[in-house]
Amino acid sequence: MPFAPLRALASVPLLASPLPAGPYYGLLAEFATPADLYHACERVRDAGFTRWDAHTPFPVHGLEQAMGLRRSPLPWIVLVMGLTGAALGFGLQWWVHAVAYPLVISGKPFFSWPAFIPITFEVAVLFAALGAVFGMLGLNRLPMHHHPLFRSKVFEQVTDDAFFLSIESWDPRFDPSTTGALLESLGARRVELLESR
Amino acid sequence: MTPGRDLVALRPEQAAIPPGHPWNRLPVVGAACAVPGVLACAILGAANPKQFFFSWLVSFLFFLSLALGALFFVLIQYAAQGGWGIVLRRLGETSFTTLPVMAALFLPLLFGLQDLYAWAVPGAAEHDALLRWKAPYLNVPFFLVRAVVYFGCWSLIAIFYYRASRGQDATGDPAVSARMRRLAGPAIIVLAVTQTFASIDWIMSLTPHWYSTMFGVYFFAGSFVGFIALLSIAAAAMLRAGLLDTVISAEHLHDVGKLLFAFTAFWAYIAFSQFFLIWYANLPEETIWFQARLEGSWRTVSMLLMAGHFAIPFFYLMGRAVKRRASTLAIGGAWLLAMHFVDLYWQVMPTLHPAGLRPSVLDAAAFLAVGGCFLAAAGWLMRRQALVPLRDPRLAESLAFENA
Repeated sequence: MPFAPLRALASVPLLASPLPAGPYYGLLAEFATPADLYHACERVRDAGFTRWDAHTPFPVHGLEQAMGLRRSPLPWIVLVMGLTGAALGFGLQWWVHAVAYPLVISGKPFFSWPAFIPITFEVAVLFAALGAVFGMLGLNRLPMHHHPLFRSKVFEQVTDDAFFLSIESWDPRFDPSTTGALLESLGARRVELLESR
Repeated sequence: MTPGRDLVALRPEQAAIPPGHPWNRLPVVGAACAVPGVLACAILGAANPKQFFFSWLVSFLFFLSLALGALFFVLIQYAAQGGWGIVLRRLGETSFTTLPVMAALFLPLLFGLQDLYAWAVPGAAEHDALLRWKAPYLNVPFFLVRAVVYFGCWSLIAIFYYRASRGQDATGDPAVSARMRRLAGPAIIVLAVTQTFASIDWIMSLTPHWYSTMFGVYFFAGSFVGFIALLSIAAAAMLRAGLLDTVISAEHLHDVGKLLFAFTAFWAYIAFSQFFLIWYANLPEETIWFQARLEGSWRTVSMLLMAGHFAIPFFYLMGRAVKRRASTLAIGGAWLLAMHFVDLYWQVMPTLHPAGLRPSVLDAAAFLAVGGCFLAAAGWLMRRQALVPLRDPRLAESLAFENA
């Protein structure tokens, strides 16, 4: 269990690394309904693919189970950042008030820990929030100014009424013809091979 | 929504205690606790009435706060039109419908007002300018009038909501829900005001010179943590006993756990804010209350509350898996319920034993007596009705509920 966050972090390229080079980005399949996409995801998950994603105009409940997604490591980032913030906030006040520049304030001891709690709390919340926002961006490899998926004209409908499943070409099980046939057999309306970059 | 999960409402037998089930005996179990408790209180209390009244006050406040927390839990769900908690609502209704019983359990305290409250002793105000100034509020007749108002308001709200919800089981009329939702807002305001003043009357006035403007919300925070803790234990116990096992899912437990976690933090926030402002300002008339609790063995109890009512459960309940398993959630709930009792004990008892912590057999006897009555009343109510509001318009939504 203590290694869970480390393992999870190691599996995610934290920095916005460029996509692997290759002749293709991968295959993009369009589905007509959320249910079609949902069942296609279950089959792609069971076929053992690891580098793929689903794209929908709205959240589809249970899709993460259908895709077999693991829990995000984000909570661990937030926890570590929150504790770091609390330690820094408390440590700074202790150092200032008890070590570097001790002043008698309203007759209280130099190290008056109750007076440090509000700042400690605020810094913990600040660090946890920053960890949540930038951790989320990092895990999603954002900001990313261009993505090969945007080469597809039909993909524009992803914010409107179409449901997509994309499998990346660097997935170990990827093969342009058999994977394409698999997606078609799952009820895709259209399957498109996307070039890299 | 996960495909394949059906939205068929419940069959009544899925939400009832089957004949011959051990939970049918809850009223008997409650009575079996209450009778020896009352007897022990009568015998031991005759020798030491002062200790009896303080012990009774702690246990009375403990179970009263659970019932008031339950009332808030149900009212806030109506006001916010919450869907997830419908399957748990009847546990709340069962808990708060004990409020008329709590009114009866308040009566013994009336014989000990002079033992409990320094301001109630005749002539106490004569040589005490502060008490003289507070006398228009802190006097026995007005105290009694207020108690009648509190219990009147609480019993009225409790019985109205209990009856309306049970009536809907028979009629299935969605207009009942709309009516209860409209009344929930005003009822919350009435509850907030009465609960605040009740905590001032019954706990804060134990130290009549002292005052804290945060005391009402401090009592509320404790009462809500206490009820959610009780809810988590009750849900886990029911699942283990094979009741509602097709109804309460990990999703419901998860949300109960989230509330427990959130209000543990809320309690700590309020408790620390109350302490912090008084500690910082350092005004003698405000610090007396905390001074009494930071000396001798009461200091140890204060430290226990900091760790046990906040730090330990805060980190214990933080994770997702802990909240989704009935057994681990109930461990957190049982711990916090115990800490809620310690909290009330720590608020009341230093008035009687300023020198330090002195537990008494009467503490246990009063707990058995009041707790037995609470359990008997709740168990009796559970047998009379479905364990879930069977025809609430949102029941299907609650059954199919999933955390995003």
